[in-house]
Amino acid sequence: MSTMQLDIVTPERKVYSEQVEMVVARALEGDIGILPNHAPFISPLQVTALKVKKDGEEVFIAINGGFMEVHDNRVTILAETAELPGEIDIDRAQAARERAEERLAKDKQEDIDFKRAQLSLQRAMVRIRVGQSR
Amino acid sequence: MAENMRDIKRRIRSVQNTKQITKAMEMVAAAKLRRAQEQAESARPYADKMKEVIASVAAGTKGAQHPMLVSRPVQKTGYLVITSDRGLAGGFNANLLRNLVRDIAKRHQSRDEYAIFVVGRKGRDFLKRRGYPIIEEVTGLPDSPLYRDIQPIARKAIGQYAEEIFDELYLVYNEFINPITQRPVEKRLLPLSDLDGAEEKGLKTLYEYEPSAEEVLADLLPRYAETLVYSALLESKASENGARMTAMGSATDNATEAIDTLTLQYNRARQASITQELSEIVGGANALD
Repeated sequence: MSTMQLDIVTPERKVYSEQVEMVVARALEGDIGILPNHAPFISPLQVTALKVKKDGEEVFIAINGGFMEVHDNRVTILAETAELPGEIDIDRAQAARERAEERLAKDKQEDIDFKRAQLSLQRAMVRIRVGQSR
Repeated sequence: MAENMRDIKRRIRSVQNTKQITKAMEMVAAAKLRRAQEQAESARPYADKMKEVIASVAAGTKGAQHPMLVSRPVQKTGYLVITSDRGLAGGFNANLLRNLVRDIAKRHQSRDEYAIFVVGRKGRDFLKRRGYPIIEEVTGLPDSPLYRDIQPIARKAIGQYAEEIFDELYLVYNEFINPITQRPVEKRLLPLSDLDGAEEKGLKTLYEYEPSAEEVLADLLPRYAETLVYSALLESKASENGARMTAMGSATDNATEAIDTLTLQYNRARQASITQELSEIVGGANALD
């Protein structure tokens, strides 16, 4: 089975660096699957759970504010934060989700706050999903 | 004489206490310096990769120039100043702020021509006391700052550039050269200009973009600028600890020297008082004969 190198890097550290068989990410215009020897490609990513297939097993990684670059059989994902399933505190994510939902229900008029709450809700949901995949 | 001896002894003890503190601070700073250096090191791949990608995207979209890449006539300048929260680091903050004040005085006629974003308590207090226009401040950052600690202020500064409130944005911080040398520098953050070197490397690959090259560029540039602010912050942290280590090292040396001098004085005084006592005894015995 052919593989490709996947690196996930944040400003603070290198989160993940492995040979993998497939990466499924959510680009701005929808999900995109990358297999080995993909053509050079760049796209920003949505706040999403990245699906990685390695040795026949699926791993989820929570990605926030990132973009993906593919070239020379290497996939590089630069993200503001990236978390592996083992690193996620599900209780905290649940709490964040409830907070965000509360705020969304309350003030729909404030444009910026609304967007921020929406984003944090999305982040919390991605975290919960990734956290539960362990 | 006995009075004098007690005074000297008290001073020795006091200097000794100070020395213990400066010694401890020196060692703490050395440990923190190492950690800060490692952190700055681990942030580099992210910034490098981002630069590489941006350079290749920018090269591929010659037609559409992003505002962050184009210089425009300067009416208002933004400064993002990174200082430390605590002192006792030699000239770390003083040098930086002195240079900043000098450059501002040279460059601008009135206070409407610039505005300042400041990180760190020392810089904020200094600039506030002198009435400089501060838009936003961040203090109390941890020793190992996270990306999200600096993101709000960076985003705001970059956002105001994008809204054309500023026409250029400078990053003012202490550059880390090596543990004993730091240099206050002023680097132009926006418009971005140092992409030329990386461009040749990036040109080799022709990428597919989604949704389009322009949009990818518009998404990446602000992020890259934020990354540069974060790297500058990490560098400043390393410089701060280096400066503190050096300052505390020389304070410890000075204390050692002071203790030596005082000990010498003390021994002299002790000897003098013994000599005096002896001569008094001898004098007394002679008087009896």
